[in-house]
Amino acid sequence: MIFGKVTGTVVTTRKSDTTEGTKYLLIRLCNQREKLKNSFVVALDLVGAGPGEMVIIAQGSSSRQTSRTFEKPIDAVIVGIVDLVEEKGKVVYRK
Amino acid sequence: MILARVVGTVVSTRKEPKIEGIKYLLLEKINPKTVEGTGDYVVAMDSVGANVGEIVFYAAGSSARMTHVTEGRPADATITAIVDAIEINSKYVYHKEMAEK
Repeated sequence: MIFGKVTGTVVTTRKSDTTEGTKYLLIRLCNQREKLKNSFVVALDLVGAGPGEMVIIAQGSSSRQTSRTFEKPIDAVIVGIVDLVEEKGKVVYRK
Repeated sequence: MILARVVGTVVSTRKEPKIEGIKYLLLEKINPKTVEGTGDYVVAMDSVGANVGEIVFYAAGSSARMTHVTEGRPADATITAIVDAIEINSKYVYHKEMAEK
């Protein structure tokens, strides 16, 4: 899994047989200390993340291992909202 | 999934029998903040009927095979949605209706 920050939302109406009632968020990737990278990904939100929150994203076939994304054409899902990151005994990120 | 703009079509006559009748589109990845191309291209199968000029996102890897169109076919990038709008910090950086005017 990788870290990212919720940057915006992506709205779609014409889409493949994807999941109903969930939304796609625009994620800017970042490191464990919230340092932003110049790389973006669209991820399906499974946890109700909000703008500015740091989240954990599962990618690839692993993103289909949830009840809502099983056998769907999804390659990135938000699986958690980060509360705290501890690195070498120090808290480097706190929500 | 990665955001991209449809910039063209790719035609192939001599190809693997399993990919007969499938439309290939040429995509240029975009920077969502500026909605401009990054110069990075990918060929993707189309599962939603996207047209040139539209902003879409595509699923990559094994997830690309999870649509009706691409099931059991050798696809590693499939357009799974046409984007209507991208919102960043409560502002629309892209809206399809505005872009078409």
